[in-house]
Amino acid sequence: MSSVTPWTVAGIQAALRAKKVSAREIATEFYADIDRQNPTLNAYLALSRERAFAQADRVDVATACGEKLGPLAGVPIAVKDVISTAGVRTTCGSKILETYVPPYDATAVSRLEKAGAVILGKTNCDEFAMGSSNENSAYGPVRNPVSLDRVPGGSSGGSAAAVAAGLAVAALGTDTGGSIRQPGACCGVPALMPTYGRVSRYGLIAFASSLDRIGPFAGNIADAAAIMSVIAGHDENDATSAPVSAPDYGSELEQPVQGLRIGVPEEYFAEGIDIEVKEKVLAGIALLEKLGCQRVSLKMPHTEYAIATYYIVATAEASSNLARYDGVRYGLRVPGATLIEMYRRTRERGFGAEVKRRLMLGTYVLSSGYYDAYYLRAQKVRTLIARDFSEAFQKVDAIVTPTAPTPAFKLGEKTADPLQMYLADIYTVTGSLAGIPGISVPCGTTKEKLPIGMQILGPHFSEARVLQLARAFEKAGGFTI
Amino acid sequence: MTISREDVLRVAELAHLELTPEEAELYRGQLDEILNYIGKLQQLDVTNVEPMAQMAFANVISTASSDVSGHLTDSDLRDDTLRPCNIADAVLEQAPDAAKPFFRVPKVIER
Repeated sequence: MSSVTPWTVAGIQAALRAKKVSAREIATEFYADIDRQNPTLNAYLALSRERAFAQADRVDVATACGEKLGPLAGVPIAVKDVISTAGVRTTCGSKILETYVPPYDATAVSRLEKAGAVILGKTNCDEFAMGSSNENSAYGPVRNPVSLDRVPGGSSGGSAAAVAAGLAVAALGTDTGGSIRQPGACCGVPALMPTYGRVSRYGLIAFASSLDRIGPFAGNIADAAAIMSVIAGHDENDATSAPVSAPDYGSELEQPVQGLRIGVPEEYFAEGIDIEVKEKVLAGIALLEKLGCQRVSLKMPHTEYAIATYYIVATAEASSNLARYDGVRYGLRVPGATLIEMYRRTRERGFGAEVKRRLMLGTYVLSSGYYDAYYLRAQKVRTLIARDFSEAFQKVDAIVTPTAPTPAFKLGEKTADPLQMYLADIYTVTGSLAGIPGISVPCGTTKEKLPIGMQILGPHFSEARVLQLARAFEKAGGFTI
Repeated sequence: MTISREDVLRVAELAHLELTPEEAELYRGQLDEILNYIGKLQQLDVTNVEPMAQMAFANVISTASSDVSGHLTDSDLRDDTLRPCNIADAVLEQAPDAAKPFFRVPKVIER
């Protein structure tokens, strides 16, 4: 499945222009659905009704005055709760930020609103985006709208579930090791991780700064392209945003894919993959061949070291980034007799189990005597993994793999075993470490009707081509293969 | 590789976490398993491999704005100009205990 709402970006634009509906009516309709379904799904943590209706009214006034509408005018969008929204509570799924209300908007959010989008609210996620099932949220798990006893994936589980259930036309998520693509696969919606530096992270609350990226979930590829065209591009407020101009992804979407070389790395179809996932993704690759793509077999020998590398680099960076939650400047403070005691009590009470586990691991791998053996070595292996990709892209235009080794698992199935949970990201952490873009597209379902995701990876700044392949796949019926 | 209870408590202290005895034991076992797994990186020969220290640089060198050696040029750097920020009040609003223009904390220096 893709989104169940009949609304798309283009559909809303046409309906607004024809005055068949107002932006306020569309927002009202979405809030009614949210009120009905959210008690079950727990996809939203906060709703920004006042701000949403004020924005919808601005769009309606502009329509009435015959003004030119922004490319996302009236489009209801959800935002993951690690992305700052001025005046709207932003918790990162953590008790330590339970009362935090950011004084400013993330650039991605202000660009969406400037384009006319209506921000409906903030979506649930694993605490500080650490997790693969959304079960690490301090505010309870999200249920997968496709199958309520299953996880929606993580960490952007709320964003994926909101789009899949039709509770938003599109959503922003963040991806550090798979947190956009894997929930996209679990919930059966397209989900794009852009190139590192492509989308400004100003206002994104940091987890692992050499990996974190903001990207869209949408009901279809054209909508994902429309969101990307608005949020991509350089931002002087983010020193890591690339000084590279972004194209209009929508206008390039229907470019032919005939003759493109697609690489299929054997390591992504080896031990540990669910048989139904393997069959469907291979069928998806066969469909791309039918569309004129040329299949090239690849070897990417450092793939098996990616999870280990990722969990060293990401936790090390997290241990540094999350040092800021000490009860001094924002969020929770638990009093103590001394400053250090206050820090310790605040962090002990405010952080959940997975965050503490990763802070411990990250602190350990950076600590004196272990730095060379773990952190420095992981940075070197990261170079080898990135080199696997740059060598592959000498031979192919894109790489196609499964997004996750299994479909969505049951709630509670992996919570007792952190390492098993980490392995859910085995096919996504590689692209994260290499800094390249990747999209997960729906690729049929299992016999139990659980969505399967196919991942398309491209070289740095090749989002336009990745989206073209995804669009050709969608048009040819690949989503329901 | 095995991680001891003392290691766990030392790391918790460095990370400013105050673990309960049950948490310390749980994390000892789990970290042990995770460290065993990530120990597989020791199998690889990384002689003469440069560490990837940051991503932004790797991206920029694939664009035309850097010179052939891959080093950033002056045109990659923004002008060093001051811009007003003026959000101190809004920031202090979020503080658990503020005495404008300061954050108030337990006494740090004993006389």
